[in-house]
Formats: sequence, structure tokens, C-alpha cells
Amino acid sequence: MKDNLSKLPSGFKGFVHDWASDQTTFKGVPWGKAMMWIFLISDTFIFSCFLIGYMTVRGSTSVPWPNPSEVFALNVFGVDVPLLLIAIMTFVLITSSGTMALAVKFGYERKKKLCALFILFTAIGGGAFVGMQAFEWTKLILHEGIRPWGNPKGAAQFGAIFFMITGFHGTHVSIGVIFLLIFARKTWRGDFDNGKRGFFTSMKSNYVAIEILGLYWHFVDLVWVFIFAFFYLW
Amino acid sequence: MSEDYNKFKLEAKSSEMLNDENTSSIKIQDTESEVPEQDLYHPKSFITKWIFCQDAKVIGIQYSITAIAIGLVALVLSWLMRLQLGFPETFSYLTPAGYYQFVTMHGMIMVVYLLTALFLGGFGNFLIPLMVGARDMVFPYVNMISYWMYFIAVIVLVSSFFVPGGPTGAGWTLYPPQAITSGTPGSNGGIALMLISLSLFVIGFTMGGLNYIVTILQGRTRGMTLMRMPLTIWGIFTATVLAMLAFPALIVACIMMTLDSLLGTSFFMPSMVQMGEHLKYGGGSPILFQHLFWFFGHPEVYIVALPAFGIVSDLISVHARKNIFGYRMMVWAIVIIGALSFFVWAHHMYVSGMNPWFGFFFATTTLIIAVPTAIKVYNWVLTLWRGNIRLNIPMLFSLAFIITFVNGGITGLFLGNVIVDVPLSDTYFVVAHFHMVMGIAPILVIFGGIYHWYPLITGRFLHEGMGKFHFWVSFLGSYAIYFPMHYLGFIGVPRRYYEMYNSPYIPTSAQGLNAFITVAALIVGFAQLVFLYNIISSIRLGKIAEKNPWQACSLEWQTEYVPPRHGNFGKKLPIVYRWAYDFSVPGAKQDYIPQNVPPSEVPEARTEKT
Repeated sequence: MKDNLSKLPSGFKGFVHDWASDQTTFKGVPWGKAMMWIFLISDTFIFSCFLIGYMTVRGSTSVPWPNPSEVFALNVFGVDVPLLLIAIMTFVLITSSGTMALAVKFGYERKKKLCALFILFTAIGGGAFVGMQAFEWTKLILHEGIRPWGNPKGAAQFGAIFFMITGFHGTHVSIGVIFLLIFARKTWRGDFDNGKRGFFTSMKSNYVAIEILGLYWHFVDLVWVFIFAFFYLW
Repeated sequence: MSEDYNKFKLEAKSSEMLNDENTSSIKIQDTESEVPEQDLYHPKSFITKWIFCQDAKVIGIQYSITAIAIGLVALVLSWLMRLQLGFPETFSYLTPAGYYQFVTMHGMIMVVYLLTALFLGGFGNFLIPLMVGARDMVFPYVNMISYWMYFIAVIVLVSSFFVPGGPTGAGWTLYPPQAITSGTPGSNGGIALMLISLSLFVIGFTMGGLNYIVTILQGRTRGMTLMRMPLTIWGIFTATVLAMLAFPALIVACIMMTLDSLLGTSFFMPSMVQMGEHLKYGGGSPILFQHLFWFFGHPEVYIVALPAFGIVSDLISVHARKNIFGYRMMVWAIVIIGALSFFVWAHHMYVSGMNPWFGFFFATTTLIIAVPTAIKVYNWVLTLWRGNIRLNIPMLFSLAFIITFVNGGITGLFLGNVIVDVPLSDTYFVVAHFHMVMGIAPILVIFGGIYHWYPLITGRFLHEGMGKFHFWVSFLGSYAIYFPMHYLGFIGVPRRYYEMYNSPYIPTSAQGLNAFITVAALIVGFAQLVFLYNIISSIRLGKIAEKNPWQACSLEWQTEYVPPRHGNFGKKLPIVYRWAYDFSVPGAKQDYIPQNVPPSEVPEARTEKT
């Protein structure tokens, strides 16, 4: 298989060849990886619909939108620092993407302990992100009185759309953290080396699973960049 | 292929061999498969064999049974509505609120829970692995979960009949603000359950859809190129891609409306005064919901239609003993229709108050879809032309489909134009149009497909006499129902009305037509019960079908056992040497050459290269 891959034609010719060939369209791509990419395209459409909905709502509201540098400011030693919390959150999440990439690398190098450790770092990063998000929500709800159905600082839709989209993204991160923890354990135990069968699926797995998980994790980070730009910088 | 064989002794081209310099000396049998042999979970008990089963064939049948069962509920709802419309003085069991609830549930069940689930979940699961030469779907476990999510979605939907206030009566489009405002039936519990059920359906479908796409793209057998796949697979594949991109808009709309309904947010809700009281809502955009809904809703039409196009192409080809005319054109037409379907959604919104220039754009794109669609119709007719037509039940249903689809398509030209649509919108003309084009036409294909593949599923034929009765009553009966509705639409009878009362602009003949339609609908409904009896009784009593009874070429008929077992094929997966349409090949002894017959076995056949 590997030898054949290097022989494949490249460029547009290669594209035509792959789509005109038998058996597989994406040569050498495992099923799970193809599945995750296609799922992510679908998920992209979900987030796009959310963000387009947000833009429509923000564009059509007659009440002014609250100023993000005031609403999201963090009070540190009596000084309101705009965007401080969100900068830390974004930094943590982007860093977790880096640790995830390292985990994938160590996985393919069969260093299972290092791999598991870096998956765990990623999970910690994700967990910290969700924790800070919970803190931000608490601050918005308790201290600033913003609710899904109302907002004392401007357009009522602000609370609704903010909680919905960040909540949906936070759910993605939380699901990711759960899977990261499961896979950290599986990697540490050596499931991918000794061909242990999965608890639910009763199928064998290998280190490609780490890369697939990584794809999901990078996607969640990428989506966050857009949410960050649309909510905090607009 | 055979000409290649005679000249170069070349059996087949596999993607691996194309790169080698001296291809002619290598036989495809000797090359290693790119797809590793699949590790399957074989059932060990009744529960893992029939309930939590990971075999795509069983999952397909589970999907079909559930879809048909919930479809029967929708059928009964349509009877009850028709009785009210046809004989408003005689029957008084239905209140106006109940009528709206029945309209809504009938529409939503038929479009989403019956047609989508049956075509993609039912036919897709059963046929994809068999037709592309795979042992099973690529992720059998996820596939199983997909079915059970669908099952839960159906249960949640049905449970909305039993909550206080009943199911939602907002119309299947669920337009806000009325869908969640009091006064609309089911605006408390019913609408929430509907939205939750739809969300569950989307989640379940995504799991299945990933399976269908990856199996088709990455799990084909050796020799099976994309351009050798049966058109059924092309139709299901393209429809699944559409669904993966269209359902996100639906689930987003559902989430936002659930929040509007349960949390009191105002995504879709403008400020309103109700009973002299200012509601707490304000500032939302109802048009946003319509855009989201129809960005899903229009591709949804093609999610239903494209598998029907594909299946009917195969039925026509097999039963006319001719290759499908213009196979590549058919494939590209399916793909182009699928792509265009994402640029036409606002033709459902001409009267919504959006910018008129939008209507101009969307009318243009809508009419462009007629081009690839017409190509398909011409190609079906040209496939039949001078074919050796076997006028059996699948063929009858296919012919009926072509006529019905052309009929529904032509009324679509009326509604696609803004100026003609404005007076016709929200009349019975629209009802007649969409029932013809995405109700009756795909259902006829489903029937044809069931008669065609039943021998593969059970090893027995369905009863011919009952089948003919079912066909003629359903076909002629559906015309008796929907032809008069066009006329009702022209004279201005509005849709979704509980009763016409004494509207002076509606002539009394309309009432006579309504009564006639009701009688026809009851008769057609009865024929479906005969069909169900036929399906159930033929499992034991049907005439036994030998292997490949229709003499078809595609792989699902070439399995070692009939019905195929878990793993589908024997020890070795079949190797494909040709497309699925080598019927009546000049020079060949038989009038069909299955896809897995190598050219060396039929050297005399003068086949085209496929």
C-alpha cells in the first residue's frame, strides 16, 4: 500500500486519477479519518448557520448592542481590563492544540506514555477553558444581570445569542475533553499496541484514532477563533 | 472491456495497476486490495441479531419497518382530514385545532420520518454495502446507534400526541412567531417535542450519513470505480451529501426555536401584542427562521427525489433489458441537481416579504434546475425506447413514476415563477404540486423498489395479483386525488383551511370535488393495506425466487446466499469488471452480464468500455 501511494500521479492529474479509480477515492486515508473530515464539514455548516443567525440578529436589532470591551472586561485590582479573561481562554485553547499535535506525533512514534501524557495535557487545557467559560457565564449572569431573555446593557438578543453559541461551542469542548480522557487512558494502557478491543464497539483500534481525535480538537479551536472574532472584536 | 481483452488479454483496470508500465501481464485477482478485510461483529444472541444489530441489512429493514409504521399514522391522519374536508356536515370529530395538528403531523412525518428515513436509512443501508461490494457499512456500531436515535426521535414525535395541548399545529414548516404563540394548537408541549424530535433525527441521521458516504467513497470492492456504480448508489450518495449540508440549518433553527419557546429568547420573535397585552418577546426576525428552514427544506426535496431518480433508473434498465441511456449524463445530472438545490431555497418565500430582487434571482436558479431534470426524464424514456420491456410490477411503478414526475415538474414551472406563484401560493395548486412531485412520485419508486428487492430480502416474490391491484389503484387513485386539486387551486381554494364555509368566491362545484377527492383518498388508502398484507403474507406464502430472479447485473444479486448473510459475500469479495448495465450485449449468449463476470468468460460479447 505505502509503495503504491508514492507512485500515484500528482496535481490535477492525480485528482482525476483518484476519483476515477476503484476501491478508495482518498488513497491511503483510513475510514475513520475520512469520516471525521466529512463530519467536520457538516459541523462547519452548523456553526456557520449559528454565526449567520448572529449577524442577522445583530444587524436587525433596533436597540444598540452592548460594548464588548465593557461587558467582557475583567476587574483586576480595581481596574477594568478589557478582554483579559478571553485572551487567557483563547491562549489556553490554542496551546492545547499544540499539545494535541505533539500527542499525535508521539503516538505515531509509538511512545505511548508520552502520547498519553500529552493527551492528558490537552484535556487539562480543554477543561481549564470550559472552567473559565463557566466563570465568565457566572459573571455575566450574576454580576451584570444578562439573561437569555433580557439584557440591561442593550439588545436583548445579546444574551440569547451569546449563551447559545458559546454554550454550543463549550459543549463541543466538553465532549472533546471526555473523549481525550478516555483516549488518554486507552493509550496509557497500550490498547493501540496490543490490539485490545473497544468496550462498546468490540473493534481493534490504532494510533490513527489519536489523529482523528486531534482533527476534532483542532476544529473546535478553529471555530473558537471565529467566535472570538465575532463576539469580542466586533 | 471485452475488446480490450481480445486485443491485449487485459482483464480489468485497478487503480494500482494503472501506474505500472506493463499492466497487461497483471491480473486484477493478483493485486492486493487497498481496503483491508473488515473485522465484523457477528451476532451471538437474539438481541444482537435482531434488535441491537450491527448488520447494515438488518438495520435497513429496521429503518424501513419503523418508517412505514409511522407513515401509516400519517396516512390515517390524511384520511381523517379528508373526511372533514369532503363531508364537513357529516363528520364532527375534528375541531379546527385538531385539523391543524393533523396537517402538521401528516406533513412532517411524510417528509422527514417516512421518505427521508426510508430512502436513506432503509434502501441506503440495505443496498449500499451490497451494491458497492462491501462486507458491511464501514462503522457498523455507529450505524446501529443511528437507527436507535431515529427510533427515539419517532417515539418523541409520537409522544407529542399525548401531552396536554396535543401535537403542534403550526404547519410542517413550523413558522414562527405563530408556532410558539398561544392560540396555535400545541404551542406549549407539542412544539417543543417536535423540535427535540427533529434534532434527534438530525443527530441520528448524521451518524448514518457518515457511514453511507465513507462506505461509498472508501469501501468499494476491487474494480468498482465511481463511474461503474449503479445509479441507485449515486442517488443515495448525492442525497446523503445534501443531507449532511442541509440538516445543519434545520438543527440550528430547531435549537433557536426551542430556546425561544422554553427560555423566552427572541431569535425569531418580533414584539407582539396579544389580547391587548404586550408579549415579552421583541426584536427577533421571523424571516431568519424561514431562510434557515428552507435552506434545509429545499435540499430536503432532493434528498427525497435523488434516491428515487437513482432507483428508478436501475428498475427501468433491468426490466427493459437495456443499458441506461447516457449513464454519465445521468450521474452528472444527479450531481448538478444536488449542487443547484442549495441555491433555490427562497422560492418558497416569494410571499414572505423579502426583497423582490431575491425572488428574481431565485426564480432564475429554480428554472435552471429544470435542465438536468429534463435530461434525466429524456434518458429514462430513451432507455425504454426499443427495449425488451417486461411489464411487471416494478416496471409499472417506474413508468407511473416518470409520468407523475413530469406532471409534478411541469406545475413546478408555474410555481417557480414569481408572478405566477403569487396568486397561486397557499392554494390547493401548491398542495397538488408538491404531493405529485415529492409525495406520489418518490412513493411510487419506493413501491417499485420494494417489489424489485423483496426477493433479495426474503427469497420470495410478492404476490403478483395483489401487486397489480395495488399498482392500478394507487396510480389511478392518486391522479383522482391530485388532478382535481389543481383546479381547486386555480379557483382560489386556500390550503390548510378546516372548512370552506360559505365563501362566495368558491363555487359549489368545489365542494363536490372535495367529496370526490375524499372518496378517492380512502380507496387509495385501502390499496396500501392490501400492499401491507401482501408484504406480510408473502414472507411465508410467496412464490420462491431463485437466485437473481430479475437477471440483474448489479452486485447485490450476485451474493453466495439468497438472502445474503452477514458479511454479504462469500469468502472473497467480488471483483468488478464492468458497469451495472450490461444488458442485451451484442454477441453475448445471455442477455445480461453481471458486474463480476470477467471478460475472459464472455470473450464473444462486444461490450463498450465502461
